[in-house]
Amino acid sequence: MSFLTKYVFSSDHKVIGIQFLISSLIWFLVGGLMAAAMRWQLAWPWSDMPILGSWLFEAEGGQISPEYYTMLLTMHGTVMVFFVVIPILAGAFGNFLIPLMIGADDMAFPRLNMMSYWFMWPAFACLLLSFASPGFGPAAGWTSYPPLAVFEEAAPGSGLAQTLWLTGLTFVGLSSMMGSINYITTIVQMRAPGMTFFRLPMTIWAMLVTAILQAFALPVLTAAVLMQIADRLLGTCFFIPEGALVGDSLVKGGGGQALLWQHLFWFYSHPAVYIMLLPAMGMASDILSSMSRKPLFGYRPMVYSILSIGGLGFIVWGHHMFVSGMQPLVGAAFMLTTILIALPSGIKTFNWLATLWGGRLQLTTGMLFCMGFIAMFVIGGLSGVLMAVAPVTIFIHDTYYIVAHFHYVLFGGTSLIVIGSIYHWYPKMFGRMMSETLGKIHFFTTFVLINCVFFPMHFLGAQGLPRRYADFTHTDSFAHLQPINEFITYSAFALVAVQVFFIVNFFGSMIFGRRAGNNPWNANTLEWVATSPPPHGNFTSPLVVYRGPYEYSVPGRTQDFWMQTDPEDADGHIAH
Amino acid sequence: MHRFWAVLFSLVPVLGIGLYVLAVVGKGSIGGFSLAGLWLPENANPYTTTIDHLFDLVHIICGVVLGITTSVLAYVIWRYADHAGRKNEAAQYVTHHALLEWIWTVIPGAILVFLGFYQLQVWADNKMNRPMQTIDGNIQAIEPMALVVGKQFGWEVYYPGPDGRLGTSDDLRIENDLTVPVGRPVVLRVEAQDVLHSFAIPGLRVKQDVVPGMTQLVWFQVDKPGTYEILCMELCGWGHYKMRARMKAVAEPLDGIANGSSTEPSSTATPVADEEVKD
Repeated sequence: MSFLTKYVFSSDHKVIGIQFLISSLIWFLVGGLMAAAMRWQLAWPWSDMPILGSWLFEAEGGQISPEYYTMLLTMHGTVMVFFVVIPILAGAFGNFLIPLMIGADDMAFPRLNMMSYWFMWPAFACLLLSFASPGFGPAAGWTSYPPLAVFEEAAPGSGLAQTLWLTGLTFVGLSSMMGSINYITTIVQMRAPGMTFFRLPMTIWAMLVTAILQAFALPVLTAAVLMQIADRLLGTCFFIPEGALVGDSLVKGGGGQALLWQHLFWFYSHPAVYIMLLPAMGMASDILSSMSRKPLFGYRPMVYSILSIGGLGFIVWGHHMFVSGMQPLVGAAFMLTTILIALPSGIKTFNWLATLWGGRLQLTTGMLFCMGFIAMFVIGGLSGVLMAVAPVTIFIHDTYYIVAHFHYVLFGGTSLIVIGSIYHWYPKMFGRMMSETLGKIHFFTTFVLINCVFFPMHFLGAQGLPRRYADFTHTDSFAHLQPINEFITYSAFALVAVQVFFIVNFFGSMIFGRRAGNNPWNANTLEWVATSPPPHGNFTSPLVVYRGPYEYSVPGRTQDFWMQTDPEDADGHIAH
Repeated sequence: MHRFWAVLFSLVPVLGIGLYVLAVVGKGSIGGFSLAGLWLPENANPYTTTIDHLFDLVHIICGVVLGITTSVLAYVIWRYADHAGRKNEAAQYVTHHALLEWIWTVIPGAILVFLGFYQLQVWADNKMNRPMQTIDGNIQAIEPMALVVGKQFGWEVYYPGPDGRLGTSDDLRIENDLTVPVGRPVVLRVEAQDVLHSFAIPGLRVKQDVVPGMTQLVWFQVDKPGTYEILCMELCGWGHYKMRARMKAVAEPLDGIANGSSTEPSSTATPVADEEVKD
């Protein structure tokens, strides 16, 4: 096998998973740097950016222009959602873990799997081209609300860039679609003998529900994106209302409805919030149980919670539109469903805490990140209850309170689990251990700085500070908040900087890390049966599964773990 | 080392709730920065005092849940972390506990359902039940006193002209300046002419996205005379951040063009030409 077929055009799910992982991490850095640039502008509006300014913004004399700021906030959101969080969870960890954890030799459709990764590259290309296209790039927010996103005249410079943005999104959608079909088929069809549904680890349950969400919600977004492309290029008017004026000249056509896009967009993008959260919850459950040497508390309620989050996730999209002009009665109905979806998330949190209670917590870096996730998810989840209350949303909609909320869930929540999972499964991926010392320094600094960046945003939001503003200093209401903005910016720069600990650890450990055995954490699930790293085909001998994934510290056994494939029963007899 | 992590995690409830209380109380300062005025700004709109009440109520409920859950998290690290001192203590083999699980399903569920129904009236008061008034013994909905149209990047305000009706050719237009009476309900018609905008007055807790092709109403009452900022709170292009208007709340009778029967428009107002009539 040549280098090219082994590491580049590989149909091995593990290689594809690691490809997804590394490209997502690179985009994570790009998205983070964009956020840092936005923070520069917010703390010191219209001041010359050091070093980069004269190179990037020569025409503006080294400042970030408001057009460029709008492009940055659009691209930061797009990159983080579509190129980082979704592909790193489903693409990287879904790919790497699903076949290993269910005892399969690969995905059901290995070539389709490879294609799902390579369909990300046209998307990468489209996004990079839209950066480089004339003008300032797409500038309608990651939500791409029409008519702003449709009228080229409304956002100068967004012409070709916005079309490229939409095209890129179509490719991301195709990639996710191929992945989700593969995941569903693999989980349903390729489980090892004895691996019943209620012996599946939570990671797999979460990946299954995530894949179902993607399979059923994504076509709607893809259709909506194509409709928006048609509005821009073919002269259709799906989202263009009658009699709209841009710059005082009448737009031809009409008869469409701008709110239609919001319904279609959020019909996908709210389930997408759970696509960005459920796999993290699943991986957290597995790490927490194995690292506290204790069974996962309430396994079945955990499964039912994930299923009900998946189901309810389809009927809550309207809470993004409480003040959009949607009929208020519909808003009231969405408010009730949204309030209900808080319940299964709450149950999961309580069950995690009960899992930890009475355990023997192994405070590895992966475990610390998981516990950090619980703390941050509690904050982000509870502020979500606040915005489920529709009348309160009248005040906090599109303020920094919302920014604080979704960064607590997606950055404090999902990203901490992603990083924790890298520390946890790195030995399986690369056959070596990561440095615990560097890892703990990384956890401490990241955890503290995330809170320094995002906690103060609650107070900005409580003042009604609008998001997506390039500058607040000229307003009467908010000029006094500028010291907080400066504090957040210093913290954000530091947060980006301390990721050096992770980068050094990630790449350094590939060469200098201690060699890992098959099962460095003494965990139960099937991936730890395989060698580290597993060969193409994963397992050297056929597996049989005898029990659930969480039999830790079973009384009467000498070992505090009991692997799913261990044929020995509680009395020491070998099963036949 | 596990003690260190326990203390770090205990900072989540301590600082999380502590900073919240400091901000609400509005006293003290951190590094010379005053904490006063970090919570909800003053609210001059009696229709939305209930919104502030809900804001505080949900924060208190969530604060209690935050305090309990994150304190438990810090405690389990302190108590149950593996270290040299507890080599002989095995982890407990507990897979579930039906009573506990029922408790933490039913109680939060009940609180959430309560919140869901408790807020409905506030929602209806602000988005569904337009204020009424009694004229000659008949109760009828209050008519909009002005039309506010969002466009890149400002707000156009239309007042009824001498005929006293909105949407006719004698309407008067003024840019970024709205005058409303204090002490009685005000209804405004809000629209957008190009892209989405959002008509927002943080000081009154008013917010309504305006959508091209749609006509909507907002209502409020200003009990305190003064000047308020009308902001745009839906991304509308590069100039979004600077899209603002001024709203003056003054005692009646209103001066100038805001007084519907005025025949002497102020110098900044221009009569609407026929082809620009909004309907």
